[in-house]
Amino acid sequence: MTLPDVTTVTRRNRRRAPSIVKGTLRFLITAATTFLGLLAVTFFIGRVVPIDPALAIVGDRAPAHVVERVREELGLNLPLYHQFWIYIKQALTGDFGTSVLTTNPVMTDIARVFPATIELATIGTLIGAVIGVPLGVLAAVKRGSIADQIVRIIGLIGYSVPIFWLGLLSLVVFYAKLRWVAYPGRIDIAYEYTFTSVTGFFLVDAIWQGEWEVVWDLFRHIILPGCLLGYFSLAYISRMTRSFMLTELSQEYVVAARAKGLSETRIIWFHALRNAAVPLITVIALSYAGLLEGSVLTETIFSWPGLGLYITNSLQNADMNAVLGGTLVIGMVFVAINLFSDLLYRTLDPRTRR
Amino acid sequence: MSEVEPLKPYSRAWLLSDRPTSRHQARIGRAYVVWRQFSENRLALLGLFIILGLIFIAIFANVLAPHNPVQGDLRNSRLLPPGSAGFLLGTDDQGRDILSRLLYGSRLTLFVVVLVAVIAAPVGLIVGTVSGYAGGWVDAILMRITDIFLAFPKLVLALALVAALGPGIENAVLAIAVTSWPPYARIARAETMTFRNSEFISAVKLMGASPFRIVLRHVMPLCMSSLIVRVTLDMAGIILTAAGLGFLGLGAQPPLPEWGAMIASGRRFILDQWWVAAMPGIAILIVSLGFNLLGDGLRDALDPKEAGQ
Repeated sequence: MTLPDVTTVTRRNRRRAPSIVKGTLRFLITAATTFLGLLAVTFFIGRVVPIDPALAIVGDRAPAHVVERVREELGLNLPLYHQFWIYIKQALTGDFGTSVLTTNPVMTDIARVFPATIELATIGTLIGAVIGVPLGVLAAVKRGSIADQIVRIIGLIGYSVPIFWLGLLSLVVFYAKLRWVAYPGRIDIAYEYTFTSVTGFFLVDAIWQGEWEVVWDLFRHIILPGCLLGYFSLAYISRMTRSFMLTELSQEYVVAARAKGLSETRIIWFHALRNAAVPLITVIALSYAGLLEGSVLTETIFSWPGLGLYITNSLQNADMNAVLGGTLVIGMVFVAINLFSDLLYRTLDPRTRR
Repeated sequence: MSEVEPLKPYSRAWLLSDRPTSRHQARIGRAYVVWRQFSENRLALLGLFIILGLIFIAIFANVLAPHNPVQGDLRNSRLLPPGSAGFLLGTDDQGRDILSRLLYGSRLTLFVVVLVAVIAAPVGLIVGTVSGYAGGWVDAILMRITDIFLAFPKLVLALALVAALGPGIENAVLAIAVTSWPPYARIARAETMTFRNSEFISAVKLMGASPFRIVLRHVMPLCMSSLIVRVTLDMAGIILTAAGLGFLGLGAQPPLPEWGAMIASGRRFILDQWWVAAMPGIAILIVSLGFNLLGDGLRDALDPKEAGQ
């Protein structure tokens, strides 16, 4: 997964909104054109790249009249701009067609599997932030020391290791050999039919219902993929934290605080980190968006019934509607998180208030 | 003014002279300074060593590999553990030597990385420099398009593209290239903006250079160093994406020894014959680590503003 580096994050945040109205207007226009662009890209991939989408559905041995009928049903005989217009209208009503594999509307499928992905990505980001931020602070404070080097190496390996490979190995060690965690999947088969989830977020529901046995089982299932994704977000978050903290620690207010006689702990955690916290929130939001992508391979390894597994399963069965619907949803969530973090930054940073 | 004693060519003083007498000397001198900065960083040297090793192995794979990478002896050498006689890293389910497959696989890795860089970097460079130099509505439109491509997570967009194009290593390269160019365009644009209004550009303009010539001969070369750094840093990501596509069966097709696909084929035996899946992963880890180290070192040497971050 690729995430923006230090310069792009700070540069992006340096943009200031001239006024609330103008800023909001600009925000809405950016959001609208980006969504339209996303639709254009998926439309292009689904309709223009394949030589004949109708043939892709019925196969090349189908008689000519069947191909013709399918083509008409899909609206492929219309000019491209007309097809695109229909595509936009359908997408706006949440209609991405029907999945060939599950025979459900793609949107229904996505609504069913998406909470699992959100749950996993949230746990991953939590682990990444809770461990990554202190590690980054430590590395910045003890710059050049052994601790700094270790944090750097942990981060470098996180940037370099194939996530699916690490997932496979961790399954061998922690599931097959040590038996510390449960087998791949989201919930034990024993609870699968007795436990009913209202929201789709199993952990939240189980805690809400007070089913502690189920909670423990869910925990044993989520901990390994969660830690794995957490490691990837940790690599990113700790690197960025270190860089932000280095900037803050060289500021004059830190010297002033030292001159006042404040303790180092207070300076680091209350003064410097507080100032680094605002760009950090952007970073954490971006890493959350990155995990949605990282989940594609992780879910495949851990048989986690989320959006990533849905997309790869559909891929294996040449179910283009489902693939493109999933791609579009991930793209939209990505954009939404990006815009949201921008907005959050503007509201949190007192310098951007006028 | 007294005549300055000419320095001995290629001596240290000649290289470090701040008054180069020829363009050649200036260039070599600059390269020497960068190299000195770079070679002080031991980890960066390690990265360089790994990448040179990869290139060496890719070129001489047919000499180095002890066995045939695509055909194995199913009767005698199936799933042998590492360290077996003649099979240093063991064999896979087809009786093929894993070491030989890894050595040949380095060619595919290099193929993907180089091709993606050759396609994506120039596209990004052109879009970015044109957008930054032209400004106005050209800039607005080009950057909107860039933003849209940036909005998709790389792997997911590549997945969808390969699904439409059909699996295969060429299509995987194309898909990764399509997802890789936007950051380069952003960087090239930012660089262009910093010197768009500078004096040397005005001077060239006054001499009657066309915008085409200015962008091609004066703007693009100045964007190169930050672009090279970024491309090197991205190599690891490209390798991981390619391996991910291979793992999902969308990249190189069997029996090609692509590392990601090798992990996928070892997945079935992971509990008893762990080495089949583990070895290719180690190879991927080493190579992408090498690119990351090299990229970090290059950034520190070429781009002192960002050093230390």
